[in-house]
Amino acid sequence: MTTSGSDVTVESVVRRVVADHRGQRGALLPALHAVQAELGHVPQEAVPVLADELNLSRADVHGVVTFYHDFRREPAGRTTVRICRAEACQALGADRLVSYAREAGLTLGETTPDGSVTVEQVFCLGNCALGPSVEANGRLYGRVGPARLGSILNGTV
Amino acid sequence: MNNSSPADASVGATAGSPADIPDGAPSHCATTVYVPRDSAARSVGADEVAAALQRAATRGDFAVDVVRNGSRGMLWLEPMVEVATPRGRVGYGPVTPEDVDGLLAAGLLDGADHPLRLGLVDELPWLARQNRVTFARVGVIDPLSPRDYVEHGGLAGLRAALALAPADVVAEVTESGLRGRGGAGFPAGIKWKTVLECADELKFVCCNADEGDSGTFADRMVMEGDPFLLIEGMTIAAHAVGASEGYLYIRSEYPDAIATMREAIELARGQGWLGKGVLGSALDFDLHVRVGAGAYICGEETSMLESLEGKRGMVRAKPPIPAIEGLFGKPTVVNNVLTLTTVPTVLANGAKAYQDLGVGRSRGTQVFQLGGNIARGGIVETAFGITLRELIEEYGGGTHTGRPVRTVQVGGPLGAYLPDSLFDLPMDYEAFAEAGAMLGHGGIVVFDDTVDMAAQARFAMEFCAEESCGKCTPCRVGSVRGVEVIDKIVAGTHRDENLALLEDLCDLMTDGSLCAMGGLTPMPVRSALTHFSDDFHGGRRLLEIQPVNATGVRTEGTA
Ligand SMILES: Cc1cc2nc3c(=O)[nH]c(=O)nc-3n(C[C@H](O)[C@H](O)[C@H](O)COP(=O)(O)O)c2cc1C
Ligand code: SF4
Ligand code: FES
Repeated sequence: MTTSGSDVTVESVVRRVVADHRGQRGALLPALHAVQAELGHVPQEAVPVLADELNLSRADVHGVVTFYHDFRREPAGRTTVRICRAEACQALGADRLVSYAREAGLTLGETTPDGSVTVEQVFCLGNCALGPSVEANGRLYGRVGPARLGSILNGTV
Repeated sequence: MNNSSPADASVGATAGSPADIPDGAPSHCATTVYVPRDSAARSVGADEVAAALQRAATRGDFAVDVVRNGSRGMLWLEPMVEVATPRGRVGYGPVTPEDVDGLLAAGLLDGADHPLRLGLVDELPWLARQNRVTFARVGVIDPLSPRDYVEHGGLAGLRAALALAPADVVAEVTESGLRGRGGAGFPAGIKWKTVLECADELKFVCCNADEGDSGTFADRMVMEGDPFLLIEGMTIAAHAVGASEGYLYIRSEYPDAIATMREAIELARGQGWLGKGVLGSALDFDLHVRVGAGAYICGEETSMLESLEGKRGMVRAKPPIPAIEGLFGKPTVVNNVLTLTTVPTVLANGAKAYQDLGVGRSRGTQVFQLGGNIARGGIVETAFGITLRELIEEYGGGTHTGRPVRTVQVGGPLGAYLPDSLFDLPMDYEAFAEAGAMLGHGGIVVFDDTVDMAAQARFAMEFCAEESCGKCTPCRVGSVRGVEVIDKIVAGTHRDENLALLEDLCDLMTDGSLCAMGGLTPMPVRSALTHFSDDFHGGRRLLEIQPVNATGVRTEGTA
């Protein structure tokens, strides 16, 4: 999942991804999702290649990458934890989870220096009757209190 | 209900069992046990419960056939396990993996007694009192079994539609009184008629499954629990308006719904329910799933279309309306998941049956979603006209924390916060509008008496600032100013002047915004000020949300 392999360059990944999506109408978003799924983020070098392949301006591609919350321009930590902070989870104390993370030295939107964890906020995971909700590495957790968040962060759940 | 033809009965064998059932698992004379695959149920351990049941079965003690159904929507009971018995399906819940051995020993497979036993699920009052139309099959069937779908009345609406001329399908939908469930409540039939009357060769049907509102999860549950229903609804819409391609825009926060819909579309193609000559008719229609990328504004229909075209989700000015110039400039139906999943019933049972439910100009049923601080959260589908109090107290059972209910926010982050004195309001588009509130997508978020309403008002402004598409100034800048002004009010700095300024700002945002993001953000703010003014005197702790996205750049005002 990294670019460290000798013949795997960002450019080759992007060109292959675009080839997979070429038949689709409005292929940029699906292509960006696919690039991020393979590389873990959308590196700056991907932008001119996408622009070239899809016949768009670099500014257009850059504008799209930066508009959407999902696309990251830097790699995330090995564990990505997203805490829901929308109203239904607020009503059940989601901010206590945020405080807990902060006290554990984790800043929302940042990756720990050792690259282990990224903590982010999200607005609604569609689990509003069983909040507070947290998503970790693609898995959804309901009824999460500070202790459970601790276990999720430590990877023991 | 059962409209399956012999041809249908033979087609379903493909999707009998989920992949996690080992080959050679007993299916003969094994007891069928249902464990939901709904992501809310999974969030509290349904996968682990299913695995524990499988382990018991492979130890050889019991012969079970585990079906991963959708959720019945009694979410406080999840994971809820159901066992098929000769008397009907008996429920147990909430079940933990540690409960499984004890349940089996107590006679789970015969529906025997146990402290977690709930009784016959269909007779549970919470469920039995509802009027499930759109959600009739959710939690009942295996979502990815075409055979289950047809045996439970699936495709009846599509068959009825295909036997009618497009204009007659549109007339039926118009007559039913069905209004869009995505928030604005626009009559579906009128929108469809506009698209039908466009002469273009290429037309689209787009399903809005962005469901970004906090407190709403019905779109997700129906996609995870009855995906063929949405395919059927979109196909009926395609026939009605003359569209050949459909797009289903699902938010990225819903990976399970995305996977389920993709699998269902593949299965439907295999059954001849999509593709060339749908069900042997002259209709050619195919459907594609597209995934959003974490932007609330992409739920707004024109912004969603921009996103589908591969652009930033900037709201388009209307006119032209999408029905005339929509996706790639072509006539396009944009409807919400619940609107489209209601259409098959309207066609199957006739406009009259649907029209007979409801009150005033709010016809049929609404899928209410009870969330937030609530004891019994989940899905309540009933006719319009039920009161908020019945929903919160009788269905919801008050708060989860056991403290008094102080307020409920109805209709998502742009909806009003209502006080107890308005809980007797009937759920009806017009009654809500009159009370300065909105029904929206039917999400109801309950708060107890510890809530700080100044913090909630501030959050509404901050959410708008964070999620604004940036196209117009009242929304983009007004919301940032709104946060500052609320901070000053709470801090007691020139209170009266700042209260007047906030009023002005709300007026400006309401009148000067291009779309309802900026236009409706004043609704939660004003309702908090009107009904809970005491909270704006400071003292309570305020929320602060992170101003930028994960990796920094959040472009502003580059419209
Ligand atoms: C800021 C904003 C967000 C919206 N989010 C959604 C959404 O998540 N899902 C949805 O169906 N409609 C949403 N809408 C409403 C859509 O613009 C549109 O009215 C709807 O999809 C039409 O479908 P319907 O007629 O079936 O309701 C939103 C509107 C606004 C202004
Ligand atoms: S009101 Fe806000 S979200 Fe809507 S178009 Fe204007 S800036 Fe965009
Ligand atoms: S508000 Fe947190 S899951 Fe919906």
